[in-house]
Amino acid sequence: MTIINSAGVGTDLGMSLTPPDAAVDQFGVAPDRKRRRRLAWSRVLGPVLVFVVFVAVWHWMHTDGMRTLFNRPGFLIPAPETVINDSFVEPRARAALFNGIKWTAYIALIGLAITIVVGMILAIIMAQARAVENSIYPYLVAIQAIPILAIVPVIYSMFGGGLIPRILVCVLISIFPIVTNTLFGLQSADRGQHDLFTLRGANRFTRLVKLQLPAAMPNIFTGFRISAGLSVIGAVVGEQFFRAGSKPGIGIVLESYRQKGIYPQVFGCLILAAGLGIIVFLLFGLLSKVVVGHWHESGRSTR
Amino acid sequence: MTETSTAATSPATSTATSRTASSGAHGTSPQPPALRFVDVSMVFPDGTHALSETTFDVRPGEFVTVVGPSGCGKSTLLRIASGLNDATTGSVEVDRSSLGYVFQDATLLQWRTVQRNVELLAELEGVPRRERARRAGDAIDLVGLRGAERQYPKQLSGGMKMRASLARSLVLEPSVFLFDEPFGAVDEITRERLNDEVISLFQRKGFAGLFITHSITEAVFLSTRVLVMSARPGHIVGDYRVPFDYPRAPELRFEPAFAELCGEVSHALRGAHS
Repeated sequence: MTIINSAGVGTDLGMSLTPPDAAVDQFGVAPDRKRRRRLAWSRVLGPVLVFVVFVAVWHWMHTDGMRTLFNRPGFLIPAPETVINDSFVEPRARAALFNGIKWTAYIALIGLAITIVVGMILAIIMAQARAVENSIYPYLVAIQAIPILAIVPVIYSMFGGGLIPRILVCVLISIFPIVTNTLFGLQSADRGQHDLFTLRGANRFTRLVKLQLPAAMPNIFTGFRISAGLSVIGAVVGEQFFRAGSKPGIGIVLESYRQKGIYPQVFGCLILAAGLGIIVFLLFGLLSKVVVGHWHESGRSTR
Repeated sequence: MTETSTAATSPATSTATSRTASSGAHGTSPQPPALRFVDVSMVFPDGTHALSETTFDVRPGEFVTVVGPSGCGKSTLLRIASGLNDATTGSVEVDRSSLGYVFQDATLLQWRTVQRNVELLAELEGVPRRERARRAGDAIDLVGLRGAERQYPKQLSGGMKMRASLARSLVLEPSVFLFDEPFGAVDEITRERLNDEVISLFQRKGFAGLFITHSITEAVFLSTRVLVMSARPGHIVGDYRVPFDYPRAPELRFEPAFAELCGEVSHALRGAHS
């Protein structure tokens, strides 16, 4: 978090991939080069160090850790090199794994797209009147609170199996942050700015397009990013309940390896799922930086 | 509630009528007032009695400053004048189609450059793109922001933000200009510079100005006329004509006549307070 404070501009991982803000440099408010370079180091070196430690601990868990700590056999946590070799080098396993992650990504992206559209429309409707907001909000909280397991029979009775219920589960799991963040953003324009529009007799639509939506962009992107992460989780959860045989997601692939007791591939699936989450997160961080980075302190805001 | 407080303040209202003498003395022109408050009272829904039977005119070419303690309803006056709030009783006569309004905060849109911020009001009025760009350019020149058109608000100092805010209102060529304590948040030196700026705009554009502040020096320095307002409910307790010629040099602030007038205003303010 010190990264945020000392840089003032840079923030999360998404930022480190972007070029320095030229406009900021030009007017001399940017941090000096030296500090920026040191920051770049801390962004690269830090994660690399943690990664090395992580792999070392992992390896140790395989050789000694499982035995000494838990009195279980070491093969339950295969060595990193075994995982890489059996999952990503061995052709058949690799094909199975990548086919799995492909379907999960497919579901997650469709789910996310629907989530974004529906969520933003919902937020815009809610922002129109306090009464509407108050009427809808409790049900959003309910969606967030109800265990997906409980709705599965309902969804199943409507759609049966297949891809649609998986997408639906994905949307249900990921929609809340988009709505709340967008709503918060739409309401974030200050009174003076609203007065300005009122003075010139601006209608609701003008106000929405020229004031509320632009003001909400940083929050909207925060919502996108959180929801993007959740959509991957939603896709995996969804495929647990609605197994479409010919289109197995990464969760299904993982489960089938686990049942057969083939542990290296189980860990390979974990790595792929995590990788998908990180890529989606970075992508939205980058997008946020590109779209609002030039006027907002950062592409990031409160969660 | 309204009844009682109105009755209680009636002596003060009669003090306000002393204004007629002074404005009569100098308002010899036959022009109708650019802005007129007639018996304006304001009681907010929560019961706050913000204004009580306030009556005064601002004539074309006049720069009237209302000075008073915080929370005396000065800003309410402007909100009523602009139509942002409706008066509880009384009426306001003003042409709102050419009303400039500078807020306490610069209220710039953070995602727009200075240029696009200055264009905003013209854009909302449906002025064609090229025309509004030209007008914004002129306004930016006028407030001394040339060179900063492509900067975003986060890159500007407090003073520069206020300049941008001034420019934004200028684009509509207002005949009445309302200022709601615009320089309260900037440092003293910047404030003095911005005061010079406002005076030069006033001279060049010839609008009728209504300026709210709680700085006596600022009030006397800027205006042709200073109204003193007292709090709870707000009403006018003093009306002073400021005799100094424009343009006003910064050194005016150190002249005895200036200090004397400031003293009188200050005295009236304190009288209103106790």
